[in-house]
Amino acid sequence: MKNSSTTTRSQSREVLGTSALRPDGVAKTQGDFAFSSDFQAENMLWGATLRSPHPHARIVSIDPTDAWRIPGVETIIFADDVPGQATYGLIASDQPVFAQNVVRYMGEPIAAVAADHPETCRRALAAIKIVYEELPVLFDMDLAIDPSTPPIHPDGNVFRHQRIISGDPDIVGDVIVEGTYDIGMQDQAFLGLEAALAYPDPGGAGVELVVATQWLHEDRKQIADCLGMAPEKVRLVLGGVGGAFGAREDISLQVHTCLLALRTGRPVKVQYSREESFFGHVHRHPGRIHLRHHADRNGKLLKVEGWMKLDGGAYASTSSAVLLNGITHLQGPYACDNSRLEAWATRTNNPPCGAMRGFGVVQACFAHEGQMDKLAVALGLSPVEVRLRNAMKTGDKLFTGQVVDSVAPVARCIRETDAIPLPAEPAYGTGSLELPGGSGRTSDPSHIRRGIGWGVSIKNLMYSEGFDDSAEARCTLADGVATLKFATAEVGQGFVVLAQQIARTILGVDTVVLDAIDTQIGSAGSTSASRQTWMSGGAVDGACRLVRERLFEQVAHVHNLNPLQLAVEGTDIVDTLGPLRVPVSEASKGLRIEETFLHRHRPTEELDENGQGNCHVAFAFVAHRAVVDVDTELGLVKVVQIATAQDVGQVLNPLTLLGQIEGGIAQGLGLAVMEEIVVDRGVVKNPSFTDYLLPTALDAPDVVAIPIEEYEPLAPLGAKGVGEPPCISVTPAIVAAIRNATGRDITRTPVRPQDICLPT
Amino acid sequence: MKISLTVNGELRESEIEPRTLLVQYLRENLALTGTNIGCDTSSCGACSMHLNGEAVKSCTILAAQADGCNITTIEGLAKGGKMHPMQEAFMQNHGLQCGYCTPGMVMAAISLLEENANPTEDEVRVGLEGNLCRCTGYHNIIQSVLACAKGGN
Repeated sequence: MKNSSTTTRSQSREVLGTSALRPDGVAKTQGDFAFSSDFQAENMLWGATLRSPHPHARIVSIDPTDAWRIPGVETIIFADDVPGQATYGLIASDQPVFAQNVVRYMGEPIAAVAADHPETCRRALAAIKIVYEELPVLFDMDLAIDPSTPPIHPDGNVFRHQRIISGDPDIVGDVIVEGTYDIGMQDQAFLGLEAALAYPDPGGAGVELVVATQWLHEDRKQIADCLGMAPEKVRLVLGGVGGAFGAREDISLQVHTCLLALRTGRPVKVQYSREESFFGHVHRHPGRIHLRHHADRNGKLLKVEGWMKLDGGAYASTSSAVLLNGITHLQGPYACDNSRLEAWATRTNNPPCGAMRGFGVVQACFAHEGQMDKLAVALGLSPVEVRLRNAMKTGDKLFTGQVVDSVAPVARCIRETDAIPLPAEPAYGTGSLELPGGSGRTSDPSHIRRGIGWGVSIKNLMYSEGFDDSAEARCTLADGVATLKFATAEVGQGFVVLAQQIARTILGVDTVVLDAIDTQIGSAGSTSASRQTWMSGGAVDGACRLVRERLFEQVAHVHNLNPLQLAVEGTDIVDTLGPLRVPVSEASKGLRIEETFLHRHRPTEELDENGQGNCHVAFAFVAHRAVVDVDTELGLVKVVQIATAQDVGQVLNPLTLLGQIEGGIAQGLGLAVMEEIVVDRGVVKNPSFTDYLLPTALDAPDVVAIPIEEYEPLAPLGAKGVGEPPCISVTPAIVAAIRNATGRDITRTPVRPQDICLPT
Repeated sequence: MKISLTVNGELRESEIEPRTLLVQYLRENLALTGTNIGCDTSSCGACSMHLNGEAVKSCTILAAQADGCNITTIEGLAKGGKMHPMQEAFMQNHGLQCGYCTPGMVMAAISLLEENANPTEDEVRVGLEGNLCRCTGYHNIIQSVLACAKGGN
């Protein structure tokens, strides 16, 4: 599977294992697909949010008098207008719907307005007079951890403190390497800006919200709490989602939009600009990690010790879960018995951080892979050899005591990546757009040095620590047509095509109708943690199998057979012990069979005080090798090629799999050399796509990807989640390649030009 | 103020506020919501459409500036119920995931092939540099454009 190979589509039925086409492909290429920003309603008002310009301040007074006088303004709401719970949050409910007396980060909502036009809204926001008393800004993680620092929130300045101690924590290796690593704040930067449209029920008894989100039911729960309504009074419908990557797991405009609609009794639409989007959702945690790796003379890892600090910013979001993922993945995909690790997630006046693709593991991997390269140098081994000597395999025990019982082809991922041919040596002409710096055309071919680097990672799949993130799906078979209903957020990943493939395979139908994605069925859990193929895929698979059983019973009854001897073959039901063959379309004529299935993964446990416990469900692995060209004079980097072999379990749709791999690699490249939200003492300096740089078609490297296809017995379809691993170890691989090209000991990501050409 | 322009082959005359951006006019006045807004700063290209046959970003043009012009949006590409070959190519080659960049990508890609009917992969990359995609890593998008240029899917 190479990206440059031509795709030939099989003429066979679009079952599991084929590159079946997305059902939303026609609408999305014709401009007919309704994104959440495309919805409009009769008599609709627009809403907008007033946000704090300061990272930490006391609100002395608010005077909206002038704003109320602006024609077209219908309502203005503040903290006192929230009828239910004043705060929300995914794990801890610590974030105010509107700031009451104090603002704790730049961009924190203080008020919302509904008016006849977005421009009226903006004028009204500008007319609200607020007097602030600026407070000292807590922006440093170490100060947040220091118990003598005054708390900036009643819940304190540390979201979570966790340690892991395993084996003999005092063991000393023959070879010891040590390093400190810094990770910048990355933005998910989905293209489809936050937007929602709320319709109030007559009399304000309930509300319907069309919104782009990752998790309809969790949104509903938090919205209902803040509205003071029963959850069934709040109905959510998935508006088309223009990418998510973790940024739509938290509440952003949901509560505000519902409140404005209920207050005015009219439909209200809220839509963020790109600048507001940077303030309106959480980001990837920046962090600092210090590790000391001990090994014996043969390069066998003996111990990992050190600490990790992740900055969660002003509110909790998922910080405690991100920290768990971070500390439990500091081990990397390597067998090792002994550890002494400690980790903190801090509260500061920086922007709130939460979920982003990779969820704590990106940060951990950047550090452990830097360490593996240091170990290779200290031992005189190649980066490949040191990793192979320690590669984890099925049956190995993690620092947490959990045994890895997933398929774990780590050595195979490394070997197959290593076997991918390296790209040709560079042959740049002056001014070539392929040079580092691209269309800047400043790079000089004589200053370019090539480097190669490695990254290997482990990633947990699904939620952890006892959380029951089940998924429900319903299948209805009637007259040869299957209809599927689920609340699984399609955010671009392609679950909609996978669901159809499952139904076609299990039921032998060709036409699979997808019902609306909304809260009219049980939760599917979040589209995150690489979990929907496993969880919602398992639910659709289970529902289809139940329907098939009942269909077999019907056919068996008619033909006087034992239903257990029937099977689906193509689009027919066949008797495996006799001559009967009847098309599914015929067998299901006049019938209506409906079944609902709830899929659960096996239970997990919380960690104890020493970090011991079976906290994760399952794991996936991946290796990346990066080739870069660096202009050492200008500090510019061109990522030439990424070679990768990824542990994916069973391949269900080769082209959507490749799309996840290539897209994840581009995001990991962004974190390696381009993307950072620059925050100075709590103030965001670059909230726009002019100043926050995303990889373009010219920045995207050649990708050579090999899926390591080993059936995962733990998974309902034998398939592992594939969304997160591509973006995890590619970042350390690229940074290692830059180290290799320049000889510089670069310890932070993203790597900026000054880190290459002006090292301190 | 009054403007008059041809949108997807149809003459449209509208009374607008002078500050109205072309993309706002298309989305809000004409309800042509296929053209998306991704950045407001002409960085992402999600709002690309054709102005007198050339791909431009409609978030940095006033509707008033398009007075008298001929505009094609993503909704105007399909003819007689048949998709434009570029739309077909994006669909067949998985040139999209979330689809938010897709209309702008398709419009930019058509414009690119009008200038260079048989581009190399590198020329496609250069030609689409002004259109951001956050999902795909661009590979399947580039394959889509190359497939369309070759006349197949």
